[in-house]
Amino acid sequence: MRLPRGRRPPAVPGWPEYLAKRATLAQDPLLARFFATGMPGPETPIGEAPMVALDMETTGLDERRHAIVSIGLVPFTLGRIHLAERRYWVLRPPRPLNAQSVTFHHITHSDIAGAPDLNEILEELLAAIAGRLMVVHYRHIERPFLEAAVKARRGEGLMCPVIDTMSLEARWHRQSLLARFKRWIGRPPASIRLYDSRARYGLPVYSGHHALIDALATAELLQAQVATHFTPETPVGELWS
Amino acid sequence: MDVELLEIRQHMGRFPPFEGLSDDLLDEVAGQVEVAYFKAGSDVLTLDQEVHDFCYIRSGAVEVYRRGGELYNRLGEGDIFGHFSLLRNRRARFPAKAMEDTLIYFIPEAVFYQLCEADEHFADFVEVERPRLESTVEEHKKQNDMMITRVRKLVSRYPVMVEASTTVQEAARLISDYQASAVLVLDAPGDNPRYTFRDSEGRAWQVKGILTDSDFRTRVVAEGRPADTPVGEVIAHQLIAVQSDESVHEAMLCMLRNNIHHLPVMHRRSPVGIVHLSDIIRYETQSSLYLVSNIFHQSSSEGLARLTPDVNAAFVRLVEEGADSRMIGVALSTIGRSLSRRLLELAEAELGPPPVPYCLMALGSMARNEQSIVTDQDNALVLSDDFDPEQHDDYFLALATRLSDGLAACGYAYCKGDIMATNPRWRQPLAVWKRYFREWIQEPTPERLLHSSIFFDLDTVFGDNPLVEQLQDLVAELAPRHPRFLASMARNALGRTPPLGFFRTFVMEKDGKHNNSINLKRRGTAPMVDLIRVHALACGSRAQNSFERLEDIDRTQLLAPGVSDRLRYALEFLSMSRIRHQVIDLQHELAPDNNIEPENVSDTERHNLKDAFQVLSNAQKFLKFRYPMPSRSR
Repeated sequence: MRLPRGRRPPAVPGWPEYLAKRATLAQDPLLARFFATGMPGPETPIGEAPMVALDMETTGLDERRHAIVSIGLVPFTLGRIHLAERRYWVLRPPRPLNAQSVTFHHITHSDIAGAPDLNEILEELLAAIAGRLMVVHYRHIERPFLEAAVKARRGEGLMCPVIDTMSLEARWHRQSLLARFKRWIGRPPASIRLYDSRARYGLPVYSGHHALIDALATAELLQAQVATHFTPETPVGELWS
Repeated sequence: MDVELLEIRQHMGRFPPFEGLSDDLLDEVAGQVEVAYFKAGSDVLTLDQEVHDFCYIRSGAVEVYRRGGELYNRLGEGDIFGHFSLLRNRRARFPAKAMEDTLIYFIPEAVFYQLCEADEHFADFVEVERPRLESTVEEHKKQNDMMITRVRKLVSRYPVMVEASTTVQEAARLISDYQASAVLVLDAPGDNPRYTFRDSEGRAWQVKGILTDSDFRTRVVAEGRPADTPVGEVIAHQLIAVQSDESVHEAMLCMLRNNIHHLPVMHRRSPVGIVHLSDIIRYETQSSLYLVSNIFHQSSSEGLARLTPDVNAAFVRLVEEGADSRMIGVALSTIGRSLSRRLLELAEAELGPPPVPYCLMALGSMARNEQSIVTDQDNALVLSDDFDPEQHDDYFLALATRLSDGLAACGYAYCKGDIMATNPRWRQPLAVWKRYFREWIQEPTPERLLHSSIFFDLDTVFGDNPLVEQLQDLVAELAPRHPRFLASMARNALGRTPPLGFFRTFVMEKDGKHNNSINLKRRGTAPMVDLIRVHALACGSRAQNSFERLEDIDRTQLLAPGVSDRLRYALEFLSMSRIRHQVIDLQHELAPDNNIEPENVSDTERHNLKDAFQVLSNAQKFLKFRYPMPSRSR
């Protein structure tokens, strides 16, 4: 898989400063309000942090060539996932769908024909995530796509810290000494894809590729990861990137 | 419907009490759940914790404890807990701990009350005041009405299904292999969400159509299509199906309206079977009454033995028609009594008239009118006091032997305990029988009564009725006045205990151990019948049937209010469960037995059985306390 280049996020210790700066500099009223709401600081225990799991389906992997076709999110805390507050939007991408992506995410031409552009739902979207720590599985899709799509519409981007359940999995299954040793002796690395990761924690199989279900699946995975590898007192600064 | 909630609603829709909810309500519930993950060993509910929702186990397993820390229950996928606390003071009454990594759906109290309000079945299931056992039994009674018999009762097996790309030749081969007369054709989900379902592996399918025997003639052969034509090209465009909860009557009208002979039956969106016109016709034919009249037309014991398959068929049909355990018990006992009686008539015709009056006495389940399909023969002869062994016993031995062999040929096994009239001990004049009963009642020990308790269910089958009636009077008169006898009977009634319940595919014992199957007679109906017998003897009841005994017990202050109702519902449920599993055995052409295997137990049945075991267990505790062994010095 080709990873997007450039626009590296600011270094980890810099998130509070970065967010504060954006709050003062933001021109766009929606984004100004979003950054002014603030976000749990790096010292906040994960058990007390309001979070929102977010997933999107896109027409491809490159935010400069492909577009978002749906966004699902579900607000949660370490204790509870609030399904009643879930949000889900199908979006009309500025570029036409190709046949291959339709088979991948099951969103068809007729679904998007009457769907809104991201700009029309941006206020609702920002209201749903403001003040919450975003949780995604594989941040190199969600964050750059949001950044690019918002920038294209509002002139400035939407960069913020995220907890990436995939990179948490990588800490144990890719970067740990044991994982490196296993790779060195030629064992295939453990899969850190969403549904393979979930299986390691005894989480049920969901049918994937629906943004809302994947967001729910991600929230459950984070709860399981924290229950297994951390404590509710772990500061979010140790988890986000 | 929210497609995004499909994942949650489909899971919940498979388990009680959600399986009976309307689709709209189910969507409502699925959309309101809160989710949380619990690592194995962590607390889900702590004692007296404030609760504002109840719990549904999406995956994993949970142990529930009593206040004192004693294990109360083990729950798995699809089970609910914590709802009792919502009906009480919103404090967790029973703490719960995750046994495995567990995902819980919390369902908020507002939804809980809304469900109790909107859905009677849900309310019955969760309500403490009116236990679900009662509502299940009452529900079963309601379904007894032929007019509202559901079409699902006619479904005998899962439909044969093929993909649309399968060739007609392959489909024809499958139809032959499964001895079916039609297949359902599946394809990827498309135009009709009403028939779209997920298989056990989670793949989505849409039922596209049905291909029947006659379609092969009209749509394949007559049109000259090649054998490798995909079935998808042959089937009709429009699928006509019924929901499993529609009435048989409705299904028949649907066939007539559309001029079809095969009707796919759906449960919600999933196909569960195919009903053929002949299933409906067969449903309307004769019953066990016909069988009894046929018994009396037989002129030889061989002829009677040939009726055995009819007995099994009548049994299956009674159950399918929705008869309750009392109706089935009476019907089968009547069949057994009729066979005994006809065998004696034939024996008398051969041996000549009896030298002195006699009466054939039924013991055990036949005396109680509670026979099932798996039963052995328990009988005895009560002879007139004019009986002279020297002169007359040859005759009665011959009579008893013909009876016993004849019954064995009809499928009633010889009694392992040798409680049959062929045993000289149980072929005695009335005076001797009176002495037996006096000894048992006046000088009892539990050991002595262990093999004699069967004699306390006794009834006339054939012959000089007053002989047996005198014995019934004697028992009813003596028993209540002999506490040591009652205590001995009570102690024996505690010898067989129910298990705690089920957990996944195991029977869970009270000490937490697991078993693979359970003998529902030994661990359920028999101990229940035993304890009802003790109470009935204590109150001087002359009734033999357990339900009638409960009615007599009700007229006394022996049991606390409501207890006898609970016993009645528990016995009914245990009996029906045993009977249903015997029907399953017969339908699979296996020898029916009293065992049930947890994997064959539906979720609803599992819950109800657990409740019934609980009722039995409590009643046994009370029995021990109510009939203490009086001290020897008296």
